[in-house]
This record gives sequence, structure tokens and C-alpha cells, in this order.
Amino acid sequence: MSTETLTIGKALNLGLRRAMEDDAKVVLMGEDIGKLGGVFRITDGLQKDFGEDRVVDTPLAEAGILGTAVGLAMRGYRPVCEIQFDGFVFPAYNQIVTQVAKIHARSKGKLKMPIVIRIPFGGGIGAVEHHSESPEAYFAHTPGLKVVAVSNPVDAYWGIQQAIAHPDPIVFLEPKRRYWEKASVDTDATPGPLFSSRVVRGGDDVTVLAYGPMVKTALQAAEAAAEEGRSLEVIDLRTVSPLDLDPVFESVRRTGRCIVVHEAAVTLGIGAEIAARVTETCFHSLEAPVLRVGGYDTPYPPSKLEEEYLPDLDRVLDAVDRSMEF
Amino acid sequence: MTALRQATEVVDPVPGAGAPHLPQQPDLVQLLSPEGERVEHPDYSLDIGDDELRALYRDLALVRRWDIEATALQRQGELGIWASLLGQEAAQVGAGRAMADGDMAFPTYREHGVAWTRGVDPLQVMGLFRGVDSGGWDPLALGFNLYTIVIGAQCLHATGYAMGVQRDGAESAVLAFLGDGATSQGEVNEAMIFAASFSAPVVFFCQNNQYAISVPLERQSKVPLFQRAAGFGFPGVRVDGNDVLAVLAVTRAALAAAREGQGPTFIEAFTYRMGAHTTSDDPTRYRLASELEEWKLRDPIARLKAHLSRSGIADAAFFDSVDAEGDELAARIRSGTVDMPDPDPAGMFDHVYEEQTPTLAAQRAEFVEYHASFEGGEH
Repeated sequence: MSTETLTIGKALNLGLRRAMEDDAKVVLMGEDIGKLGGVFRITDGLQKDFGEDRVVDTPLAEAGILGTAVGLAMRGYRPVCEIQFDGFVFPAYNQIVTQVAKIHARSKGKLKMPIVIRIPFGGGIGAVEHHSESPEAYFAHTPGLKVVAVSNPVDAYWGIQQAIAHPDPIVFLEPKRRYWEKASVDTDATPGPLFSSRVVRGGDDVTVLAYGPMVKTALQAAEAAAEEGRSLEVIDLRTVSPLDLDPVFESVRRTGRCIVVHEAAVTLGIGAEIAARVTETCFHSLEAPVLRVGGYDTPYPPSKLEEEYLPDLDRVLDAVDRSMEF
Repeated sequence: MTALRQATEVVDPVPGAGAPHLPQQPDLVQLLSPEGERVEHPDYSLDIGDDELRALYRDLALVRRWDIEATALQRQGELGIWASLLGQEAAQVGAGRAMADGDMAFPTYREHGVAWTRGVDPLQVMGLFRGVDSGGWDPLALGFNLYTIVIGAQCLHATGYAMGVQRDGAESAVLAFLGDGATSQGEVNEAMIFAASFSAPVVFFCQNNQYAISVPLERQSKVPLFQRAAGFGFPGVRVDGNDVLAVLAVTRAALAAAREGQGPTFIEAFTYRMGAHTTSDDPTRYRLASELEEWKLRDPIARLKAHLSRSGIADAAFFDSVDAEGDELAARIRSGTVDMPDPDPAGMFDHVYEEQTPTLAAQRAEFVEYHASFEGGEH
């Protein structure tokens, strides 16, 4: 058994390296990912070891990255595109939504689109505009795409490899403010399925759902709630599309209460979809309405205000109070 | 007549060159005059046999016959819409026939003539416009991608595919089709930047048919389109798009250069959309009938026919046989279109993903169950 303590960033770097070793068709594409190793260093050292044809410093054009990735995929390659920051994915949005997502259906499966779109997402790093966004709902709403959001080094290491090996296009969301979080990763383990949620803390009173950077926040809230004698069950959704809600339904049938936490604005967000599905499936078990804790319906604010905008431990606990007191 | 044209010489190689949208064209590559006479060009020659010339004529005539039948079928309610290629046959057949085995084309939604040269069954194109599917042909087997409807998006796909060809070490080239309107799209410009930076084996084949639906070329560009290539750092050529021989020669040369590692070329095929943008369009609202009359004098098929007749390469019997073949093709297209079965409704769920999600599988099951609930009843 080979166990290493890795940050999420380093786990992604090692996962990418293994994916490139496993399949010569894997090609990384992005801005500054070569010599620099990416602005977050996720591709550090890979161009040196795999060459400029496999770790491609592209021109500064996001639509160009995704559009050429489509052509490479048609030719049998497995492009892994890095979008430098969440807010910069929109120039590529046309290619992602009108082409990447639809070509498999358009061709009735004759053309495969095994493309991974890596996006560092979410706020909390004190950045300027466009560097702190959570665009997952746009992609989850688009048939043909799958959306994964990892929360920890183990899932980062295995998830990126599983996403690259997967035959469908995947938007792979990386919790940028947690890039430096560490955990022990067994690099010889057999990973669980990619598109599955997981109970990360058992509890009896309220079911709290989160993904990406908010999993840690939810766990902190559970810790604090325990001190007040409340038992929160925390589920890491891990995948936003498709949603794996069976463990959620099982949990909500026990607790009768459900809170969804994400950084993205609440209106028509992932939490809204989950609230509908939980209500449809667990209606008679619910003791309170499903509550959402998320960003407000404003543009992501200047960084001096982001702590007010982002869900934190207190806002999760406030929702727990409201659910319990309903 | 043999005329050696200097690139700097200002000439009027075609009638009506002073009319709106028909500028003086000293740089136009032409090997067949509008009157059907072979002319020479210093940079492009074409060694072509009589059989091949007759075959090109057959291509042009059959593609036009198909197009006419499709327009009629739309008018009769058998197609939802049709995008006519009338007037652009030579540009498309010339470009398509310039391709070699292993080359890959990335069409827009009007490249029926290229589809023909790549061996796509016209009925598969008809299926798209009838609304049965999105084009049922196998893109990789035929070297002809599915039609791309978002303007210009395919230019990036072509460039990426060419980057793959490069990585494979293959001696193939890629032909990206676009129109004059598409040259304004950011993605087309990004494609040309990527192609130049990586010296990708891709040729951008722009059919300048003078209009983006209703908007004339002047709104897209203040310079002749082929001159844009210089800004990207690769050659640009303007060819008479109604001269199938010139298009063939220019495209062959560009594809050969791409295969040899010389990188991209931009070809502007100067032509004219003689019909409407689509069957939903009314061109009388934005262009003069006189303009169309001028372009009829440059008809791509009439000019090759004149050449074949005058030079004795083809006789009346040949033209009659092509006409008869066209009628047979039209009849097959008509019956095949009218008899085309509607798709299985549940099929819309089946290829959204390579690995279907549980959510979608459940939706599909609900859909099937819902429809089954009507069986035997009235609905």
C-alpha cells in the first residue's frame, strides 16, 4: 500500500500524471499550463515530462481551447482543458453547450466526446471580479454534460483519473480555496464510482448536503452543532450531474429535515433541483421544508464583502435552527 | 485563348464587375472564363483529363438537380426547411473533389455539394432537413463531419482535428468550410490563430456568396476576405468560386501544402448565392433582380458545359444521359424523402450520453410508460 499526504492541488497533479501515463491519447490544453504549470500549479512539471504536444500552452482564447478539443476528441484524443478561472469559462460557453454537449447525440453516438473541462471554482480567495464564481448550474442544466465537484484530496486524485477515462464530457470543478487542504491518499486503493454521493458524517437530526468547497463548511457546522447537542448528517454530493440522490433520500427519511449548501446563487441553483426531488420522493417523511443556504442573487461581490456573501458555519447553523423549529 | 494575368494588373475578368458587390478583381484565380474558355494562371495549373472533366460536370449537374428537388419538396411540405446551394455548386464540388482519402471536411449546413463528393447519401441530408435526425452519416468513415449549424463553430473543430492529425504523424489535411458572414465570428478568428500558431494542416475554405442572409459583405469586412489571412500569418487566395477547375486547382494546392507541413491556407471562393438563404427567406427584400441576372451570366454549370461542348469533350448524348441520371436521382430523393419513417420517439433519450445517467434512464422509462398508457385508447 502506498499512502501519501497530499493537498488537493498535488493530488490533482499526480492524478493527471497517472492519467497521462495510462493513456497516450490524453492531451492537456490550457493557458499557462506548460512552463508555468498553471496559475495554481496543478499541471506543474507535466510539460517537462510529457512534452509540448501533450501539455499544450494554447493561445489565450477559451472558445479556441474547447473548440479545438472537440476536433482532437473526434480524432481519438482525450483532451483535458483547463479554464484558468471559473469566470473565464463563458467565452467557451458556446462551444461547451452547442457542441461538446450535443455532438454525441447529434451523431447518434458515432462521435465520442471524452473531454474533461477542469475549472477552479468558487470564492473565498480575496480575488477580483470573475475569479470566484460557481457556474455549475449552467452546465448541470445542459443535457449531454456531466458535472463533478470534488471536495478532498482523495476524490481529487481518483476523480480526475476517472473523469479522463470516462467516455462523456465532464465539467470537473475544483474547489480553488481548498487546493491547499491536505489528506492522506492511498494511491493503490480501488476507488469508488465517480458519480456517487457519500455520507461523510453520520447524524440523526438534519441532513446537510454539500459539494466542493462547502463540504468542509458543512462538516464544521456539524462539529459545532454537536456541541449544542444536535446531530447533523453530512453528505458530500461529489457529483452535481447526474445527482446521486438515493443516499440523500435514505437519510432524509430518517432525519425528516434537509438543508442544501452551495456557494452559487440559490435561485434556480442545484439546491432548488434537490429540494424538488427530495420533496417528490420523501414528501411524507419531511418535518420541515427543504432549505437552501447559498449565495445571494447578486453578482459575486467585491472581496471585502465575500465573507458576507458566502455560506459559512453560522449560516448553516441558522438554517439548522430554522429547520428544527419549523 | 491563353491569358497570363499579372497579380498587380487591374483587369475585369468577368462581366458585370463594376456592379455592386462585384469589385475589380485583379487577384482572382480563374482557369475557365465565364464563356467557358480555358485560361492559364501563373501560380495554378491543372492537368486534367477528359473523363475527369465530364465527371465534374456530372457532379455539378446532379447536385443542382438534387437541390432543385429539395426546394420543391420543401414547398410541398415534405421538408421543414432547405438551404439551397444554387450557384455555389462549383465551389463545393471543386473543393470536395480536391480532397484525398484520409482528408476530413468540416461543413456548414449548406455543403450539399461537398457531401455529394464525399459519398454521403443525399437522403441522409434530406433526413436532417425533414427533421428525422441531425444527419445520419458516419462522419469519420466518410471524412465529412455532420453539418454544424452554429456559424463558424466547426472551424475550431477542424483545427483541433488537424492538430490531432499532426500528433498522429498522418499525411492528411482538413478542410474547414465557412461563409463570408462567419468571418466575423470570434471563433473563426480563434481557429485561424490556433491553426497558424500550431501550423496545423487545415485549409479554411470560405465561400463568399456575398450575403449573410440579408447582410452584404461590406458589413462583415472592409478588406477583401482573402487578405485577412495575411494578418494571421498564412497565405490567402481568392479564387473564382464559379470556376470548378480553378477551385479544384487552388484547393488541391492548399491541401497538398498542409499535408507537407506548410500549415494553413485561407481560400476565398468568390461566388454568389443565387437562391434564398433558406426556403424561409425572401431575398427580394434586400437585393436587386439585376444583380442576380448578372450572376446568371457566370453560372458555374453553364460555363463548364460550354467548355465541354466547344472543345468536343462531351456531346449532346452525354448531356442527355446526365439529365436522365439527374431525373432518376431526383425521383429517388423524392420517394426516399416522402417515405422516410418518423424516428422512434424514445430514441431521443438514447444517445445523449455514451453512458446514460440513471436520471435520464428513469425519464425515458416514464416517457415510454406514458405513451404506452394511450395504447388502444384515443389520443
